[in-house]
Amino acid sequence: MTKSELIEQLTTDNDVLSKRESELIVNSIFESIGQALVGGDRVEIRGFGSFTVRERDAREARNPKSGDVVKISAKKTPFFKTGKELRERVNVA
Amino acid sequence: MTKADLVENIYLKTGFSKKESAEIVEMVFDIMKTTLEDGNKIKIAGFGNFVVKDKATRRGRNPQTGEEIEISSRRILTFKPSQVLKAAINELEG
Repeated sequence: MTKSELIEQLTTDNDVLSKRESELIVNSIFESIGQALVGGDRVEIRGFGSFTVRERDAREARNPKSGDVVKISAKKTPFFKTGKELRERVNVA
Repeated sequence: MTKADLVENIYLKTGFSKKESAEIVEMVFDIMKTTLEDGNKIKIAGFGNFVVKDKATRRGRNPQTGEEIEISSRRILTFKPSQVLKAAINELEG
């Protein structure tokens, strides 16, 4: 499912939202989460999961092609922890 | 930030009431949960991909006792952030 398919699904699942409104809403949700993470904030969506920013230490790595040692500086990376409800729902095979 | 903040943002951006905004936000996450539950991935451009992966049974250890245990096969959800999101997070306060 892509973002546009999510928007379409939201539009068909209820009879109040126009496609344009669904688009605005879906975009707003992911923009809000993204902005919170950029601001260093933690985002918790009950029943779904939580997003946090994790710090990665500087490290030395190798260019796999040339074998050269490259220094990789410390950086931040978004991290998602699946919530209990969703973890259990996904695990039912 | 919680779901309530997402609801507030929808309420401010649209003409919907807070109650309606809350129902809509719930609906979006319900669609996502059902999609993932069915084993399908979700790709949000500029944000990241939610991918369901099958993990085989493996041997592990209880880190506290050192006792060897079997970790059963399972289906898990992973999130791979997009380059755009990773870059945005590293740009500020760099």
